[in-house]
Amino acid sequence: MAVAGHLGENVLYFVRVLRAAGLPLGPAKVIDALAAVDAVGVANRTDFREALAAVLVSRREQLPIFEQAFELFWRNPRLLEKMMAALLPKVHGRADDVADDLPARLAQAMLPPPVTTIPEGNEETELDAAFSFSAREVLQRKDFATMSTQELAEVKALLRTIHLPLAARPVRRSVASPRGHAIDLRTTLRESVGAGGALTPLAYRTRRRRPPPLCVLVDVSGSMDRYARMLLHFLHAITNDRHRVHVLTFGTRLTNITRHLRHRDVDLALARVADAVEDWAGGTRIGACLSEFNHKWSRRLLGQNAVVLLISDGLDADAGDGLAFEAERLAKSCARLVWLNPLLRYSGFEARPAGIRALLPHVDDFMPVHNLETLTDLAHALAKPWRREATLARAA
Amino acid sequence: MKRTACRAVSRTMQPTIPDSVDATLDLLEANDYVAERRLATAVFLALKLSRPLFLEGEAGVGKTEIGKVLAAGLSRPLVRLQCYEGLDTAAAVYEWNYPRQMIEIRLAEAAGDIARSELSHDIFTTRFLLRRPLLEALAPEGGVAPVLLIDELDRTDEPFEAYLLEVLSDYQVTIPELGTLRAQTPPVVVITSNRTREIHDAIKRRCLYHWVDYPDAARELAIVARKCPAASSSLAREVVAFTQRLRTLDLFKAPGIAETLDWAEALVALDRITLDPQTVADTLGALLKYQDDVQAITPDVAARLVREAKAEIA
Repeated sequence: MAVAGHLGENVLYFVRVLRAAGLPLGPAKVIDALAAVDAVGVANRTDFREALAAVLVSRREQLPIFEQAFELFWRNPRLLEKMMAALLPKVHGRADDVADDLPARLAQAMLPPPVTTIPEGNEETELDAAFSFSAREVLQRKDFATMSTQELAEVKALLRTIHLPLAARPVRRSVASPRGHAIDLRTTLRESVGAGGALTPLAYRTRRRRPPPLCVLVDVSGSMDRYARMLLHFLHAITNDRHRVHVLTFGTRLTNITRHLRHRDVDLALARVADAVEDWAGGTRIGACLSEFNHKWSRRLLGQNAVVLLISDGLDADAGDGLAFEAERLAKSCARLVWLNPLLRYSGFEARPAGIRALLPHVDDFMPVHNLETLTDLAHALAKPWRREATLARAA
Repeated sequence: MKRTACRAVSRTMQPTIPDSVDATLDLLEANDYVAERRLATAVFLALKLSRPLFLEGEAGVGKTEIGKVLAAGLSRPLVRLQCYEGLDTAAAVYEWNYPRQMIEIRLAEAAGDIARSELSHDIFTTRFLLRRPLLEALAPEGGVAPVLLIDELDRTDEPFEAYLLEVLSDYQVTIPELGTLRAQTPPVVVITSNRTREIHDAIKRRCLYHWVDYPDAARELAIVARKCPAASSSLAREVVAFTQRLRTLDLFKAPGIAETLDWAEALVALDRITLDPQTVADTLGALLKYQDDVQAITPDVAARLVREAKAEIA
């Protein structure tokens, strides 16, 4: 390779920084980047940048990330070392300055993996460390609300890997299938003609199956703040993973954040959500918000057997006023209503508050949602074939 | 009936498209459609630019009626495609007539002249094609480009929307056995949606968009006068004032113009000449279609609305 020594190494590092920041760059890109640098030389800084951009950026949205990373990385070849120094426990100022005006993900990508230390005075973490679980195992069961910043960062990455495979339902559309029940006359005839009018085996079709739409209602009131923030990472991933997902937040008012979450960059998406949601960490008026949802949105979002995830602790400022009625209507307008409640983490949980008592009779499933394990359980539960009649019969 | 009647009109007799917004308003008016100017502008542009017209709005505000009125006003056949989930090409575009094809094969067998290439050539011709609405709209048998009404597009699913993209942007359909058929004259396309889900931007981008809102009192009165002439003018005014007030309440489904007309006709059939709370309570089913909404209009509320409506027109 013509690009020798430190420059080649730095290009390699730079690609790795970009990869950590979310750009899809394979090893082949490193070779391309080196070839590009070799071709334009390093005499002109602009040429150098454009050459790297031409190779490493493949979508318009990636360009801002690339440009910021470039400025930061190549401004001072020793910056990486400096940032390492900045991360040392007693020096905070510098790293914060840098991180402020950067997408958080890029700032993290620039930083070296921090040394894992157990913060003082955090009994729970020490307790966890005493068991011989792997770190990941501990994370699986740990409550989002009690995690340290470092743990939260790790969990955010894991949250993005959880898929939500909804059980597919048959739709009124057919697909060729050798085991189908209906004869596919068109294919049969065409094959028959191809065979000169001779008899050919019949072709069949069957009903196509497809996952239903998903609608998520997230409580962003004060008591849910920590969970809502974490779950938005999860919701961002599933919004971009599949079609027909709608996400609305509610507290004192209802906000549809689907379009904001559709932004592929998670930091930008969440920043836009933060701008759009005005009642973050405020009070809760579940009944009023569900009423607004039923009036304005349910007919637009809950068609075609939608599944609704209601993420809330059920603690209602209106003390469940009008909630039962709206919950019943919501349950009747969707195929399945799943209530995810982080309060279920307490083993002695009782449905005391009025809001919870009003909601509970109308939901199809009532599940906890306070750590990674419960989310995985949720994914399993939703993937199983399910019919409402069965649960109603059981309840009766 | 209307379709065959329209088809008989020859190409030379066909009225030309209106050349201004005012002419469009007149055209709609002449066919008993009282439109606001914004809607007339959208219709005019759709006709002038040969772009599909995408009408969205609550149920019963007269979206579908636009398609019918345009067909009548322009003396063109109306081809209507009612959408539903799972609508596929066999129901929307074309299908081969399999029984006829099979008989053709048997006949060829019986005659003993089966040449493979010829057989497939003979079997897949327009003679064996069953024409469904979209194909009929693009290649009309009568030769006159029709008005294509794609009704309640939100009821179908995304695959059909994606299919429509080709139809709406190039006015052509592809039949694998025959090739691509292109409309000689593009049809006038009207798409309606009740917004039970969002239609993809790609479709909307190709269309002129208009949100059909509830009419104001004056326009609603004009509509009632035209569509339900049997109602006396005082009753019509009371009905409109009452319905307008009803729409301001917090209802799950506010009544549309279709409901207003139904109600006016119901009152005429009951020989009422003026509104009273008891009559309102008895005939509320013509206006409100949800039990919760019917319950929300208690005798007190009904009496108050009647009082206010009468005070307004007095």
